[in-house]
Amino acid sequence: MTFVLEVFSIAAIGAGVLFFLAGTAGLLRFPDALSRLHALTKADNLGLGLIVLGLLPRAESLLDALRLVAIWALVQLAGATAAQLIGRAVRRKGSAA
Amino acid sequence: MSVLLALDIGLAFLVFAVAAWTVFAPGGFAATVGYVVYGLLLSLVWIRLFAVDVALTEAAIGSGVTGVLLIGAAARLRGAEATAREGLTGLTRLFIAGLCLLVAGALAAVVLLLPDEGPTLAPQSMQSLPETGLGNPVTAVLIAYRSFDTMLEKVVLVLAVVGVWSLAADRFWGGGPGEARAERPEPTLAFFAQVLVPIGILVGVHVFWVGADEPGGAFQGGAILAAMWIIVMMARLTEAPQTSAFWLRAALIAGPAVFLAVGVAGAAVAGGYFAYPPGLAKPLILFIETFMTFTIAVTLAMLVAGPPRREPRR
Repeated sequence: MTFVLEVFSIAAIGAGVLFFLAGTAGLLRFPDALSRLHALTKADNLGLGLIVLGLLPRAESLLDALRLVAIWALVQLAGATAAQLIGRAVRRKGSAA
Repeated sequence: MSVLLALDIGLAFLVFAVAAWTVFAPGGFAATVGYVVYGLLLSLVWIRLFAVDVALTEAAIGSGVTGVLLIGAAARLRGAEATAREGLTGLTRLFIAGLCLLVAGALAAVVLLLPDEGPTLAPQSMQSLPETGLGNPVTAVLIAYRSFDTMLEKVVLVLAVVGVWSLAADRFWGGGPGEARAERPEPTLAFFAQVLVPIGILVGVHVFWVGADEPGGAFQGGAILAAMWIIVMMARLTEAPQTSAFWLRAALIAGPAVFLAVGVAGAAVAGGYFAYPPGLAKPLILFIETFMTFTIAVTLAMLVAGPPRREPRR
């Protein structure tokens, strides 16, 4: 792996970890369920996206790289659905406790 | 200290912390969420121990399917939980905690007292691997070396379904479990099911198929397929079949039945009960595993669907 790719990989993974840290802090500190959900989905989308992006240059084959992207896409789908369902349940309950 | 060692120690602490949280969590639902996280962490531990097959099983069955089962149970028991808590006196709790500590302590002692070169059958299992035609020694252990045990495990699964079904009220006997198909399914879940399920079925079949040579196999693949069926039923795009349906009952016993038939045939053809004729081992193993995957998928989905709750239609 060339130097440029190495730096890119570390930078992207580092940024992804930062998103996860921020998302976790938000999950713990935000006052109501909807904002906590907001913090969580950012970690899922961008955090995992950046980590996958950083791992791509390290993949041993094109197939492995595609698998990584597929995992990210599936987590996106699951995360978005779960967030929608939880958000709806919170609204139906009336209180955002 | 190397990075990996630090990660391992951190992982071990996390597993302990989540386990403790699961025990002390307020209420059944919170405890179940803790248990699912615990299972996922545990599968990471298995990966660190280079037991990818076990990790897959832990994630799919231990965390996934069992998690769904427990969440269903927690939701059903929500009203009765307060009274259940009052029933336990402090002394009983102390007694239970003592017993658990004793079992955990004894297990830990046994593991720690093992000789540095633990007793292992791994070399023998690798030695005979070429005879089976398989590349994954775990699959060889499950379907060749100790195939009788594996067959009996599948019979136990069928008994579990019988146990769940027998909880049905008399008027629902033979009817379908779970909710009926919805006229207008909840759109978010329906979209999720429609996008995910085709991909999930592909992944499930893939995990089953590569099990011959790589980590994977009937149980993990079957669990993924079961999850896909469960999602479609949860989205109420379809409803669980009537428990009196012939095809369903045939599907539930297909795996063990085929396994048993091949095993008995082995006595006549290969000179031993549950023996495979040389050269034919791999095709036979794949044949059995195909039916097993199917049966495991149907069984796990039916376990999650629960006892019949709709009146049977004639």
